[in-house]
Formats: sequence, structure tokens, C-alpha cells
Amino acid sequence: MPTSETEASNVMTLRPKGGPAPVVRIRELKKSYGSLEVLKGVNLDVNKGEVVTIIGPSGSGKTTLLRCVNLLERYDAGSVQVDGIEIGYFESEAGLRKPRSERQVSKLRAETAMVFQAFYLFPHLTAIENVMLGLRRVRGLSKQRAREDAEHWLVKVGLSDKLKSLPAELSGGQQQRVGIARAVAMGPKVLLLDEITSALDPELVGEVLDVVRSLAEEGMTMLMVTHEMTFAREASDRIVFMDEGKIGAEGNPDEVLVSTQNERLRSFLRRAGGGRA
Amino acid sequence: MSTAIYSIPFLLSGLAVTLTMALLVVVLSLLLGGTLGMAVTYGPRPLRWTVRLFSDVVRGIPILVLIFFVFYGLPATGINLPNFAAATVALVVYKTAQTVEYVRGAVQSIHDGQTEAAKSIGLTFEQRMAYVILPQAIRRFLPPWINGVADAVKGTALVSLLGVTDLMHAVQQVVGRTYDPMPLYVLGAAIYFTINYGLSSLSRHVEGRYAYIRD
Repeated sequence: MPTSETEASNVMTLRPKGGPAPVVRIRELKKSYGSLEVLKGVNLDVNKGEVVTIIGPSGSGKTTLLRCVNLLERYDAGSVQVDGIEIGYFESEAGLRKPRSERQVSKLRAETAMVFQAFYLFPHLTAIENVMLGLRRVRGLSKQRAREDAEHWLVKVGLSDKLKSLPAELSGGQQQRVGIARAVAMGPKVLLLDEITSALDPELVGEVLDVVRSLAEEGMTMLMVTHEMTFAREASDRIVFMDEGKIGAEGNPDEVLVSTQNERLRSFLRRAGGGRA
Repeated sequence: MSTAIYSIPFLLSGLAVTLTMALLVVVLSLLLGGTLGMAVTYGPRPLRWTVRLFSDVVRGIPILVLIFFVFYGLPATGINLPNFAAATVALVVYKTAQTVEYVRGAVQSIHDGQTEAAKSIGLTFEQRMAYVILPQAIRRFLPPWINGVADAVKGTALVSLLGVTDLMHAVQQVVGRTYDPMPLYVLGAAIYFTINYGLSSLSRHVEGRYAYIRD
């Protein structure tokens, strides 16, 4: 149900005028933990088929932003819309803004499936069962259909010979590819990737990024947090620099990583040692 | 020795009482402890505190005190239970308090990431429990719980003090007639040991059965 929105200032969007509505539309998003304000009014659009990368120093709110889009964190104020639906709140008959129930939220989360830094595969299930679980229980597919879909995605991420392997029998890179298959199989409107290569040995990073690259080429809408500046520059349509809970800079990869005049961004890039590749 | 053989039917009926009581205690405490264990992990705060308090208090009391409390103490409040029922209630309360802790420990030992991953693909609370959390928690729950069952079987020996004719009481009665304690106590001990050795073997077997889940 679309909520009547009070359109916040629209300064950030690079979306061409008159284009289709964005898949993710974030307006004046705020989130605090106790007295610590982590997100201080974030505005961001992710358009269909776009790959948007969030960079920034630790503690800047990148991961929290991503988790708000998947509702692993409830946001306090502002708006997050996915495909036109306000995900965290609904408007009651009296016109009040009320948090959605856990049950409503569960359903919506599948539209923004997330891939985690530490994989979090279900250790008691095989690779194909990991992917099938959501297909069967959330999407309601028959066992046969779920198996076919899951196999399709595992083949796609290059694991056709590992369908029946348990997570403990897979390398980190293989586990993360199962993680990607598990999320993308849900057919989410946007795929959220939270530092998905940070826990991997350097020689395993490439195989995971290859998968992300091929998803991008196929037009998968993605919002990701990464420290891989080289990859961010090459794979992103747009890069967002988060700084102290706000968006400090935004633009295409060259604008943000190379030619920026933003002093805080430049100093972050120097410390991150990235953007020069 | 012949008296020992002569007394076997009598001992067996005592054993039947012991096993009946152990079974009742195990089943009831599993149901109650499982429910309260989930309440203490996922319930609203006041419920969590209440269950926590119950479990901490009960586990801090010797079983024997609990048994005497139910049998000799409760009649003062108008609750008058016969000895078998009183002993069973006391043991159920005690095992429930322990089971709450086993359940809480097992569920909380599952990494939060498992819940988040399950949430992120859209599973509801019930689905997360059924397909992700409990299948993993059960392997951490079962070994200590089965050892707890062995404790319950041993604990039933205390109810002989209320005059319930369980295995222990039967042994004592036979000894009272024959004045030959040694063979009978050995026989009694052997029976308890056989039951509990079976249980601890089962516990080890279950542990091995779930060893494939590494995380």
C-alpha cells in the first residue's frame, strides 16, 4: 500500500527527469542507537538496474543504512520505499504512522534480500537446501520447482558440482557464492551486499566479485557496501560517500573516486588507498 | 544369594515404579521446560524475568528439600498430595528448571547471524524457529538433556524417603527381611547403572549423529 508521502528535498538524485520511479527511495532517513545518531537524514535513490556502491569510513553508517533497507534495523524517522511501498511503517486509518508488524515486515524483507560479510549460511543444510528454503517457505514453490530454481542459481554462481555439499565442506569463496545464490533466488527488487568480500582470503575475492559483475551485467539492481575500491570503480554506476551519518558526496565513480574536491572524501580515499587502480 | 533371586519379582515391581516416575518426569519437564525455555529467550521482559527467577531459585535448592517441601510443606496450604504424586511434582519442577536452562543455552548459542540471514530472505518467526534455529539448537540441547534424564532416574531414588515403593525402597525392604544388604545393594546399583549407562551411551551417539554440523 503506497503511503502518502511528504516529499523531502530532492537534492541528491541524479535520476534523469521523467525516468521510471526508483526501486529504492530513501528520504531523510534517521536512525539512532540510544543517544548515538548513526543516520542523520539520508537521501538516496537506487534506480532499476543500477549498481550503487556506498563507501566511507567505519562508523559512518554505511552498514546501518543497508540494514535499514532490509529492515534488520528499524529506522526512527524518514522514509524507505521499495518499489513504492514504505517498508517500515504504514499509515493507520486515523492517518497515524505506525510500525509494520513483524509478519508484514517478514514478507517485505524478501524483496531486499541481503548477502552478509560472514556468509551466515545455514550450517545444517546443503548448498541447494540453503537456496531452496526461502523459495519453498516464503515464495511457496513446490519442492520440485524450488529445487530447479535453486539449481539454476547455483549453476549460475559456478557451483554445479557442490549442490549437495554442506557449508563446512566449502571454501569461503564458495560459501559466499551460495550466499549470493540464496539471496538472488528470492527474486528481490534490489540485492543488498554488505562487505561481502571482507571475510575472504585475498585469492578468493575474485571469484565472488565475478559473480557480482555478471549479475550487474544482467541488470540486477544492487546496493552494496564495499572496501574494494578498484571493484567499486569498475562495477558501480554510482558511488555514494557516507560521512558521519550523511551522504558527503555522490556521483559516478570517476567523479567520486578521482576528481572529487571534497576534502573529507579525499582524505578517506588516501587512507583507504583506493581509487587509483 | 537365593533370597536375592527370590526377591526379584518384588524388585522388578519397584523398578517399574521408578521407571514410570522417571518417564513422567522426563515427558512433563520436557514439555514445560521447552515452553518456558522459549519464553525466557523470546518472551516479553516480565515473563522472561519471572521464568528466570523460577529457574534460578529451584536450581538452587537440593532436590530432597524440594521433595519434602511438596510432601510435608504444601499440606499447610491445603494442597495434600499422596507420596507418589508429591514426589513426581517435585521432580518435574526440578527438571523443568534445568530444562529451561538447557533450552535457553542451546538457542542462544546459535549465532545472531543465523536469525538475520533467515530474516533477510523473508522467513517469519515460526519459520525461522522451525527450519533454522531449532534444528541447530537441538544438537546442543540433546546431550546435556539426556544426561539430565540420567540424573532424574537417580533422583527418583530419593522418593523412597516418602515411602514410595520404588526400586530403592524395594531393595531396602528386602534387606530389612534378609539382613543381608550387600548382594541386594549391589543388584540395585547394577540396575541403576544399566539404565544410566544406556542413557549416556545414547547421549554420545546423539552427539556423534550431529557432528556433521560444523559452524
